[in-house]
Amino acid sequence: MSNDPLLEVENLKTYFFVGDQTFKAVDGVSFNINKGEILSIVGESGSGKSVTSLSILGLVQKQSGKIVDGEIRYNGKDISKLSNKELTSIRGKEISMIFQEPMSSLNPVLTIGFQIIEGIRRHNKISKREAKKRAIELLKQVGIARANEIYDDYPHQLSGGMRQRVMIAIAISCNPNLLIADEPTTALDVTIQAQILDLMKRVKDEFDSSILLITHDLGVVAEMADRVVVMYAGQIVEEAPVKELFDHPKHPYTKGLMESIPKIDEKKKRLNQIEGVVPPSNSFTKGCRFAPRCKFAMPECLEQDIDLEEINKDHKVRCLLYENENNSSTEVN
Amino acid sequence: MGEFLTKLRKDKIGIVGLIGVLLILVIGILAPVISPHDPTHTFNEHRLESPSSKFIFGTDDLGRDIFSRIIYGARVSLTVGLISVGIGAGFGLLFGLLAGYFKGWVDNVIMRIMDVLFAFPDLLLALAVVAILGPNLTNTMIAIGIVFIPVFTRLVRSTVITVKEMDYVSNAMSVGASNLRIIAKHITPNILAPFLVQVTLALSSAILTEAALSFLGLGIQPPDPSWGSMLNTSRRFMELAPWTAIFPTIFIVVTIFSFNLLGDSLRDLLDPRVKKE
Repeated sequence: MSNDPLLEVENLKTYFFVGDQTFKAVDGVSFNINKGEILSIVGESGSGKSVTSLSILGLVQKQSGKIVDGEIRYNGKDISKLSNKELTSIRGKEISMIFQEPMSSLNPVLTIGFQIIEGIRRHNKISKREAKKRAIELLKQVGIARANEIYDDYPHQLSGGMRQRVMIAIAISCNPNLLIADEPTTALDVTIQAQILDLMKRVKDEFDSSILLITHDLGVVAEMADRVVVMYAGQIVEEAPVKELFDHPKHPYTKGLMESIPKIDEKKKRLNQIEGVVPPSNSFTKGCRFAPRCKFAMPECLEQDIDLEEINKDHKVRCLLYENENNSSTEVN
Repeated sequence: MGEFLTKLRKDKIGIVGLIGVLLILVIGILAPVISPHDPTHTFNEHRLESPSSKFIFGTDDLGRDIFSRIIYGARVSLTVGLISVGIGAGFGLLFGLLAGYFKGWVDNVIMRIMDVLFAFPDLLLALAVVAILGPNLTNTMIAIGIVFIPVFTRLVRSTVITVKEMDYVSNAMSVGASNLRIIAKHITPNILAPFLVQVTLALSSAILTEAALSFLGLGIQPPDPSWGSMLNTSRRFMELAPWTAIFPTIFIVVTIFSFNLLGDSLRDLLDPRVKKE
């Protein structure tokens, strides 16, 4: 793993405009993904994880959503202002995406083979026959045994796990440098989840690519990620290497998430939960967006916007509790 | 395609429809071979004669052989149906795809024009177009075609909007497919089912509209035979000579019924989601 950033997202703001209301789905998000790294974005539904990933590929629906500010630099080049046509040569080849819903992410009227060779032929000048050979190879790589038969099958003939494998085959078909996986295992049952995660790790090592893993499952994060970004209400509230985050979570929100994981060695009647819900993205107020749900909220929290501060090496947090504690590892309990 | 034919073979209702459509097509194509008489020749001594061995469907008020006129009328009805629906469906598909896929000003411009066309009752719009262009076969087809454009545009647009939001379209975008490719390969096949059903409905409706226009003297011009005009002129003699009404009616019903049956089974066959294993 090197420290060259492959993708740098800086102050990304993606807003949706509906009527006269503005929904700030992503509101000033910055992070880097280094070459060969797995970065995970975690957060509740509605925290802006998926919109962040769609923004990177320029796939935010044009009618209502727009990247209003910020830069997305891929290999040093800002790709956030490219036209759709320019983006098509990056999508699939440089950056590709695995979607959340394997059941609906494959076109029901086209064969598996067609959908795999689509990207291959888009980005490589090769014949149909060669593309087919490559597609069958890919299917075998992602652990589909009857690759030759599956090639001519339609999506409805495959199970969910199989479809997610096909999705991965499509995503890696052009050896992308960055793989964005938007909740790749959420729709699958647990045994298949483990297989798919394994597969993704293997693929990453084989092709030496980076992965942006979007999930709300902290178990998946612990399993996969090198670094973690925690998002809340369109902002990053904490960023840390995975071990550091699990050992010393700082932000009250992150702690809340950790506490709501069931633990096998603890006898408890009820799981902890964070009271309340993510505020709607059209009604953010000044100050900390988590304050209304926070056990440690102080009056100051709502007085001004809080910056994401580095409190330890590689560990950033957006919380007043740590404002004056540079390089100390005091815990708040 | 081979798979498609195997499936069609198992679908009995579809077969009935297909046979009906093919029969009408063959009758239309082979009209000069099959018809016993010239469809425009008037047998002056045989006016309004009931069916006999010489005139198996009888004769009309001018002594013309109804059987021969029906056979030639198949040509007219099919031509008008297919070409006018072709015009309407073709332009409707194009406009609907553009409007539904690109939205924004493209959508606004196209749909406002369609709204204007929609504001007219079908027959009135067709009448207006024929009145401007002049009554003949070609203009009848153009007029009926224009009537269908907004129907198809609206249908295609609304299904495109639904399909465009599907994950598999985002997925195709994420591998770098161009807009044109997404429209042609990913969206169009997924809107074909409702589109085909609309085509079959439009075919029957086109044949009926042609009949209405012909009745009003603005469609097919005499002495050319058309089922619609035969049926309409027969109104005056219906009690006296019911065969002048019965036989064209049977042919219209059978034709439309066949198209509908075929369209229904096509819808099922072309949609892999309802494929029978």
